[in-house]
Amino acid sequence: MATTEETPTRKIQVKRFKPEEYPEKHYLNQEKGLWAWLTTVDHKKIGLMYLMSVAFFFLVGGVLALLLRTELLTPARNFMTADVYNQVFTLHGAIMIFFFLIPSVPAALGNFVLPLQLGAKDVAFPRLNLASFYIYVIGALFTITAIFTGGIDTGWTFYTPYSSTTGGSVAMMTLGVFILGFSSILTGLNFIVTIHKLRSPGITWNKLPLNLWGLYATSLIQILATPVLAITLLLLTMERVLSIGIFDPALGGDPVLYQHFFWFYSHPAVYIMIVPGFGIVSEIISTFSKKVIFGYWAIALSSLAIAFIGFLVWGHHMFTAGQSSLANMVFSFLTFLVGIPTGIKIFNWLATMYKGSIDLKTPMVYILVFLFLFTIGGFTGIMLGALSVDVHLHDTYYVVAHFHYVMMGGMVMAFLGGLHYWWPKMFGKMYSEFWGKIAAGIIFVGFNMTFLPQFIMGSQGMPRRYYNYIDQFQAFHQFSTIGAYIMGVGFVIIAAYLLHSLLRGEKASSNPWGSRALEWQTSSPPDLHNFKHTPVIINGPYDYHKPMSEFQLGIATPHNGHGHHEEEGMDVAETEKEKA
Amino acid sequence: MSGTSATIEKRLDHLQHHFIDSDQQFESAKLGMWIFLATEILFFGGLFAAYIVYRSWYPELYIQASTELNTFWGAINTGVLIGSSLTVAMAIRSAQLNQIKGLIYNLYITIALAFVFMVIKYFEYTHKFHLGIYPGEYYTFEGIAHEKANIFFSIYYMMTGVHGLHVLIGIGLMIWLVFKAKKGAFHSGYYTPVEITGLYWHLVDIIWIFLFPLLYLID
Amino acid sequence: MNSLSDFMLPPAKSTLAGQTDALFNFINVTSLIFLIGITFAIIYFSWKYRRRSENDVTPVITHNNKLEITWSVIPLILVIIVFGWGFTGYMNKATPPNDSYEIRVVGKSWLWEFHYPNGYVSVGELHVPEDRPVKLVMSSTDVIHSFYIPDFRVKKDVLPNRYTSLWFEATDPGESVVFCTEYCGNAHSNMMATTIVHTQEDFQSWLETAGSADENLTPVELGEQLTTRNACTTCHSVDGSVLQGPSFQGLFGSEAPLESGETVSVDENYIRESILEPQAKIHEGFQPVMPSYAGTLDDNQINAIIEYIKTLD
Repeated sequence: MATTEETPTRKIQVKRFKPEEYPEKHYLNQEKGLWAWLTTVDHKKIGLMYLMSVAFFFLVGGVLALLLRTELLTPARNFMTADVYNQVFTLHGAIMIFFFLIPSVPAALGNFVLPLQLGAKDVAFPRLNLASFYIYVIGALFTITAIFTGGIDTGWTFYTPYSSTTGGSVAMMTLGVFILGFSSILTGLNFIVTIHKLRSPGITWNKLPLNLWGLYATSLIQILATPVLAITLLLLTMERVLSIGIFDPALGGDPVLYQHFFWFYSHPAVYIMIVPGFGIVSEIISTFSKKVIFGYWAIALSSLAIAFIGFLVWGHHMFTAGQSSLANMVFSFLTFLVGIPTGIKIFNWLATMYKGSIDLKTPMVYILVFLFLFTIGGFTGIMLGALSVDVHLHDTYYVVAHFHYVMMGGMVMAFLGGLHYWWPKMFGKMYSEFWGKIAAGIIFVGFNMTFLPQFIMGSQGMPRRYYNYIDQFQAFHQFSTIGAYIMGVGFVIIAAYLLHSLLRGEKASSNPWGSRALEWQTSSPPDLHNFKHTPVIINGPYDYHKPMSEFQLGIATPHNGHGHHEEEGMDVAETEKEKA
Repeated sequence: MSGTSATIEKRLDHLQHHFIDSDQQFESAKLGMWIFLATEILFFGGLFAAYIVYRSWYPELYIQASTELNTFWGAINTGVLIGSSLTVAMAIRSAQLNQIKGLIYNLYITIALAFVFMVIKYFEYTHKFHLGIYPGEYYTFEGIAHEKANIFFSIYYMMTGVHGLHVLIGIGLMIWLVFKAKKGAFHSGYYTPVEITGLYWHLVDIIWIFLFPLLYLID
Repeated sequence: MNSLSDFMLPPAKSTLAGQTDALFNFINVTSLIFLIGITFAIIYFSWKYRRRSENDVTPVITHNNKLEITWSVIPLILVIIVFGWGFTGYMNKATPPNDSYEIRVVGKSWLWEFHYPNGYVSVGELHVPEDRPVKLVMSSTDVIHSFYIPDFRVKKDVLPNRYTSLWFEATDPGESVVFCTEYCGNAHSNMMATTIVHTQEDFQSWLETAGSADENLTPVELGEQLTTRNACTTCHSVDGSVLQGPSFQGLFGSEAPLESGETVSVDENYIRESILEPQAKIHEGFQPVMPSYAGTLDDNQINAIIEYIKTLD
């Protein structure tokens, strides 16, 4: 950052370090035993522990979704009572959002990749990182306790006064989410400090991988918005426990104030869920198009712009809640402004593919699916931002379909893309390319079958969170349910071939995709300390027109250096005095 | 601090493996703490927002209800916290100068002042409970002719309660610092925990400086 | 395009629907054009620029200012159009004409109550005249509800601590469904009502006879009608199945166990109390969620309901 004209260009001696192929010792086997895993401060292992946790919660949330869809096959009761149904949709929402989407990319994939992409040995605060994981686990335990001690039926938004008067363990659940918030805050804090302070020599801000720009923007939202959720849920918990009356109209409070508080966090939280996805898309598109990313700064800054504007649009969840027309006007206008940087990203990605050398491997397939589905999610967002139309569509299935297109069609596809992309790096094993594409195809078909009919139902007036519905919607509901089952099959296939890959997979080379990004310039799986040298960066992570040898430079450090590589020393001008 | 003079023996046992040098570690910790303070401000910001909203709706309630708060003890507490901020700053100064005894004494004084604050707070709370001024539903006091009086005190209890919790956490942190200091963990080359705890303590102090006039001094 | 909009939207039965639908169609068509373009680009690029060898060389294109400005400004102009259009439409929905016919709406878990200017109260049925602006002034007695008539394209949250309002002008006589769209508990999806649009003359005559139509019925018949009209049967079945509340079948004369552990014999007084003060004695195994009907039902009507429940054994 601190570039002053007087900084002398210092010459440093670097060597080329070709990554060791199929290393005998790597982070997965350098420390052994369950205890070593549970107490590890290694960001890669913590990332994998998160990955297992989010996979577990995705499974739980997914099964709940299938239960809901099955219940909705017919207008009347199938096999759940209304009360059970309400608890199931509440849990589906809460688990998917708080336990899967929010930690999925930042905490699971981000933890694994971020220090690797920076050339750092770890995140800035490894013990804090482990603490974040356990805070997440404690939050999850609270939630599970809540489920088994009465359950909750408020919807994931916990609107007052319903949430302050209904039965069940609302306080336990909100406390769980409150605790979870700290996990999210501390992860964000860790990432910001790591990106600021632990970059390898030569990683200037304009050579930062776009994935890190995405994570940086996400972390900013996490540290600025999550505390507001924390205080909101603390107040709500107190409302339940002590009846403090700030949100409960029966005691003189105001329920709309709760909605303002809640959405001030929860709208930015939507961007916590999607912005890291943008980062992954940029990485994968560039790698599999083998081409310089188009509009690096446009993509990087649009993530920050989205994060910033995201703080100013919470009121668009309340267009029908009786806010003033002026407030509605402002929030509607700002909402549309989010559309511009989002559109810019889509066009930049397309432009990156133009004249590229496109290899349709599974990660790329997921990203193309992302582009299609997320575009639909974006346009339907424009529809919902238009005030007069939103009055009609608010709280209908149209909204349900919209956010599933953004969250599932967007974030989950990006997550799957990222998971396949970094899988060889994580485990040193390849997955089945054939089954990967089959599963992607099945999920694509199933997803659209599930949610396209919901746009139509919603436009026709089908309200969300309905246990019963009038007969005219039955055909749509049934179609949607069948789509959900098909999607379920797709995910089962993914689970099967990934497990197979873990156990019997073919060994992966250090850089199976021919990427120029830093994390691919070390072994697969990496060493416990990521690199056996200090990487030195002179090119951007997307400079596909430059030879690979320029991306494998480093300094052998006395700390952990192994100086037995072929000598290809060269002088690199260190123009910026980067401490890290 | 990186200027290694001959008199100061450079000790590196505190340096964690993933940092290049002490400076990088120190700066990372400090940046981390500043970011944490930002989240703290937003955390309290939610309470301040609730305060502002209700005050703009019921300005007369705030004027009436604040008379129930004891300005004298509130002012004393403000003085106590400002004093403790001073001593914590002196503790950091002592650490920088390698005066470990001074560090420990200053931490002791800070802890004592924090306890004084909590004790005064305890008497303020019990006095109100005695009058029947409980939060929300349990509010039974009849001295204020306003139907939303319970909400003012809900906000009062939430704000001062959460702040009090922060004071308690601060006490815990400083006791931990004393233990570490006695073991000789800190010296002029490494006093990061003292520095960032000090930052935290200043924040706790500043929040009280906002709470005091907002709650006690409404005319 | 009309067929697409007919397929996606419910019939347009108010003066406010046209503008909303026009914007809905505009956004759909514009989005579809963009979506087709983007999808085409994805597929075309994937095929045209597919990898031919591992040694492919790609051009270095880092940015293109003209192009980037174009694809920022065009969407910006489009969204500003959509914003302005949506906002004017919204202002129309937010400002009822001065001469509107006013009806009070009360949302309770889980029924809609409509109070007409002449004092008549209907539950679950909103009667309105056609071609005349109608303003609904709404409030809730418990949690937040939301009043939604898809055919009219209007919706507004109904809050417990303040009044909200919406207005519409129905264009066709007939029936339209009313939904509650703010989640409010177990029978949220049953919290429906019917809007019945009369011609202006029919509406006047309905209003005059509404209260007296019941006089010709026997108490049992009247009671049966009242239990559906007042949405009692949303929660209390008449065939023994358990919904949100105890079934009416076999209720009268039974001994009801209470949440407090006591039992109470279900007689006229208990039923009357349960209608007017539902929280007083809660039947074991049920939530205290029933709204009070004090002020909604008069003594005569309560008697009729009791007579009707007596017949269900």
